[in-house]
Amino acid sequence: MSIAEGEPAAGAPAVGSSMLLEAERRTTDGGAARRHKPRRGAPGEKRWFAWVFLAPALVMLGAILLYPLVYSIVRSLFSDTPTGAVKSFVGLHNFRDIFTDSRSLQAVKNNVYWIVVVPTLITILGLVFAVLTERIRWATVFKTVLFMPMAISALASGITFSLIYADQPTRGLGNAIAIGIHDTFSSSSPYPTVQPRDTKVFVGSAKTGFTTHQSYSPGTAALLPLVGLNLTHPPSSTAQATAPSTGSGVFGVVWNDFRLGGGGTLGSVDTGERGLGGMAVQAVQGEKVVATTHAASNGQFSFPTLRSGTYQLRLPASAFGQPFGGYSWLGPNLITPAIMATYLWIYAGFAMVLIAAGMAAIPRDALEAARVDGASEWQVFRRVTAPLLAPVLMVVFVTLAINVLKVFDVVYVLQQVAGGSAGKADVLAVSLFRDFGNQQYGLASAIGVLLVVLVIPAMILNIRRFRRDQT
Amino acid sequence: MNNRRSSLTAVAAITALVAAACGGSSSGGSSPSGGTPSASSSAAALGHFNGKSFTILGQWTGAEQKAFQSVIDGFDKLTGASGKYSAAAGGDEASVLGAKVNGGNPPDVAFVSLPGALQQYAKAGKLVPLGSAAQQAVNANYSNEWVTLGSSNGKVYGVPFDASNKSTVWYNTKGFSNAGLSSTPNDWPTFIKDAQTLHDSGVQIPISVGGGDGWTLTDWFENVYLRTAGTAMYDKLTQHQIKWTDPSVAKALTTLKQVWGSPTLIGSPSNALKVPFTGSVDNTFKANPSSAIVYEASFVATTITGDKLPAKVGVTAKFFPFPSINGSQPTLEAAGDFAVAFSNAPVVQAFLQYVASPEAAKELVSAPGSGFISANKNLSTSAYPDSTLAQLAQQLVSVGDNFRFDMSDQAPAAFGGTPNKGEWADLQAFLGNGNVSAAQQKLEHDAAAAYGT
Repeated sequence: MSIAEGEPAAGAPAVGSSMLLEAERRTTDGGAARRHKPRRGAPGEKRWFAWVFLAPALVMLGAILLYPLVYSIVRSLFSDTPTGAVKSFVGLHNFRDIFTDSRSLQAVKNNVYWIVVVPTLITILGLVFAVLTERIRWATVFKTVLFMPMAISALASGITFSLIYADQPTRGLGNAIAIGIHDTFSSSSPYPTVQPRDTKVFVGSAKTGFTTHQSYSPGTAALLPLVGLNLTHPPSSTAQATAPSTGSGVFGVVWNDFRLGGGGTLGSVDTGERGLGGMAVQAVQGEKVVATTHAASNGQFSFPTLRSGTYQLRLPASAFGQPFGGYSWLGPNLITPAIMATYLWIYAGFAMVLIAAGMAAIPRDALEAARVDGASEWQVFRRVTAPLLAPVLMVVFVTLAINVLKVFDVVYVLQQVAGGSAGKADVLAVSLFRDFGNQQYGLASAIGVLLVVLVIPAMILNIRRFRRDQT
Repeated sequence: MNNRRSSLTAVAAITALVAAACGGSSSGGSSPSGGTPSASSSAAALGHFNGKSFTILGQWTGAEQKAFQSVIDGFDKLTGASGKYSAAAGGDEASVLGAKVNGGNPPDVAFVSLPGALQQYAKAGKLVPLGSAAQQAVNANYSNEWVTLGSSNGKVYGVPFDASNKSTVWYNTKGFSNAGLSSTPNDWPTFIKDAQTLHDSGVQIPISVGGGDGWTLTDWFENVYLRTAGTAMYDKLTQHQIKWTDPSVAKALTTLKQVWGSPTLIGSPSNALKVPFTGSVDNTFKANPSSAIVYEASFVATTITGDKLPAKVGVTAKFFPFPSINGSQPTLEAAGDFAVAFSNAPVVQAFLQYVASPEAAKELVSAPGSGFISANKNLSTSAYPDSTLAQLAQQLVSVGDNFRFDMSDQAPAAFGGTPNKGEWADLQAFLGNGNVSAAQQKLEHDAAAAYGT
């Protein structure tokens, strides 16, 4: 209002926004100074007036913060009917339930893991990024990219990561990389789905390989039937199987004893049944492998060098091993770390920006002085930067701690795609939401109260810090 | 940042409050005002309610909502009333309704899928029982078991409406013909043998179990239990009059384990636990199917068309009844929605009477794409847009009283209706580890907590 009087330049058309802000700052400062005096002189006179203006905010806060808070505490002491009405006073029973029910206990445990691991990791990561970006060109670009996940809603981030964590390597980036790396170093077996129909011919398992009960001597054809080949899309290494009538040494046929559309005689080679080309066959005497060969595409194999004696035949485990399917990111073991990683991705940039701002405020001359005195870069960081940054690191840590206690969105979204192992990722906020949905309002309120109680220490810490900063 | 977030929440909350206060008001006028000349015979029976409006809460959206709207339109046209339908936000009908009722602002009519909730509201005195006309309509059109499900303390409160047949095993006809299976299995041993044959024919995971969604597992269990223990025991377990540690439960779980415990039949259990219901249908009916059989309810058909899978319902995607176990008689697991009244306005009674009629059922099921079926026994099967739906409904009607309603839908939600909790989680654990007695202990522990016994 007084801009025009005090700062005539503000009326000029080409005024920059920074100048405007500057002008505003000055005038408001002046205004505050002017207003200060009369208020001190006349206490109580216009106090009702302040209340009038405060009233809407107070009513709002009362209605949507205070009343629900108090009512939640009251409600947490009552049990529910199945349709969500108040049933009876149960004291602290609902709170006891949180710690006795195995699933909400899981949620409590997970919240502990989160609070122990995540704020620390993010603060460290943020610090590392902040320190490193100071030293590179294009720091702004780097910072922008790192900060970007904060601009995306946690819901969208969750969905993005649900794709990264998908099991199928054709869909999930995580497993595409894991399988790509794995398969570079080891090859997969040719017939992972194939196995004996029953235990009549073979003994063993896909892990140990399958060995025939019977021993074969040169001159009689060994028939080794298997089943389970994908008949609608058979691999190119297979072709119509033929049973050999003669051969040199020990010989036989290994084939898929099932044809498209069924039919045929069990245990004999029929039209439409395919030989398992490339299948390794070992001749075993005692427990010793004496010879190894591979079947042709019509399934025939022979050991021309074995002209006498009897041999068991073995199909080694390497032919049946299941291909490496990647990791089950959202399976029972990895789900919580996987969700934490998502959270890290979102908040690392946030921590970095706050810490970088704190670093910018560190006086350069303190660093220079340390360097001149011969301190190494590490010493400068340990003895100068870190202590001066401590208040900022504390703010970042406490803010994250509060957020992590209340974590919901990322966990909830990723649980939707985790199927049966979703329960392993439960956190308190998710339990609260679910119990509320089940109209177990007493239990849900108890969890809510517990969350508030857990957040309070962090809040006190933050408020104390603010007070200290102000004085 | 936090401040801004909470003030936004505040605005949203207030908007919701205002909306709740404005909506839901019923014009509970009492005397029917005669008026429109378009009086057909049923309109005369229902009465005229020109300009009377009432609110309806359900959970249907999309094609289902359209089909249901045509039922309301049918009623409005006959009586001159105007029914205002709203779908429960987030599809979570039970808690939306609960909040409305506990907040003293119930809809005039609600469609509830949980008979347990119906009983609770009836006991709490929130529901208005059916008048004699509506009750007669229900008795005339539905079998006794349906009437009982909608009753509490000898009074009828609920009108059965849409239903689903939950004893259908869907199969890929190509998978069957590739394996040389010319007929579908009627009993449990044949079912297992055929699945084995499918596996031999190269179908990697013959039976796709959607273990990622716990409710598919409860349906498996309920079908097996219904056949191994019979309807009487089923009713007792539903009411938690017998414990889950009962030998009959052990028997059902052991029977179930013959399939669930076999990696040849369902693949590795840890994989099955990751497959959601829709995934299990996809696995069976996609272009290069990895499975040939999927067990779930009649709405598998809707999933096949909805997911635009290459299989054609009724041609390459067919179903057979859940196989009989140890010579069990034909029986069926069903689920469905019931219309209940929270208001005693005559227009609401007339609406419930209409809902019970074959005309309303016809409006509902004839809408293409909705996949609705009805247990109304006076509805001609020719009303259905395709023969598969007609067949599904036919089974539902012909079984008479020898069916049982989904057990988990009758249990408290904390036990029978929540992901990662109660029965859902316990059966998922059982699918994973196959430990019968551990599963029974856990089920009993959770049931006792949820039933409050």
